[in-house]
Amino acid sequence: MNRRTLLKSCVAMVSLFALVPLQVLAAVWNRKAFESDKVEGALQGLGVAGDQASAEIEIVAPQMAENGAIIQIEVISRIPNTEAIAILAEKNPTPLIANFMFSNGAEPYLITRIKMAETADLKVIVKAGDTYHSASRHIEVALGGCG
Amino acid sequence: MADMMKIRARLKDGVTEVKVLMIHPMETGRRIDDAGETVPAHFIQLVTATLNGKPVLEAQWGTGISKNPYLTFRLRGANLGDKIAVNWVDNKGATNAIEGIVEGA
Repeated sequence: MNRRTLLKSCVAMVSLFALVPLQVLAAVWNRKAFESDKVEGALQGLGVAGDQASAEIEIVAPQMAENGAIIQIEVISRIPNTEAIAILAEKNPTPLIANFMFSNGAEPYLITRIKMAETADLKVIVKAGDTYHSASRHIEVALGGCG
Repeated sequence: MADMMKIRARLKDGVTEVKVLMIHPMETGRRIDDAGETVPAHFIQLVTATLNGKPVLEAQWGTGISKNPYLTFRLRGANLGDKIAVNWVDNKGATNAIEGIVEGA
């Protein structure tokens, strides 16, 4: 085997290995986005390129939270073809809290409970096709909940 | 393990509201316990929901979801008696699932 064929077979093998996990990749946890300690890094990990502020995203959350360990939030997107809703707390040690992906008749709507380390903006990013839209809500946190 | 999760799905005016409660510590990996030890991270990373076996919701979570996670989501096109299944996987590979039936309001 000369160098060229060896190289070719190596490339073929590597691409074979690279192809196999692609099928399951959609269900793999986005480590890069979730472990980033910066909002920018989390957005980069999610593939968000330039989000535009939108009034079509509604965030229902308390203005002031006594306990940062449990803050109930409701998010509604009225943007057509919403595929995903990501939630970030700007001052949490790892800002990305969750990314919800909707399909087959699921409404772009959710209620969940989150932790916030301190008073900060809660940021919501909506993915609709190739476009990204955002909305923010300021939440005062009396007692941080990210211990 | 069914007591580790609760589900209720109610159909009203064409929209099915699904409420799910999961029992999980959701440890961030930054908490110090009473003995002064750092409690290792232990949290749900993936949540998937299906309607009659068809995926409707996939959520990826970090450590910022509260302990004993609560989730409400809404579906169009579900009928009374349809099956909704919700499943989670945590960072240690543990998993749990529950199935609910769409009920009338």
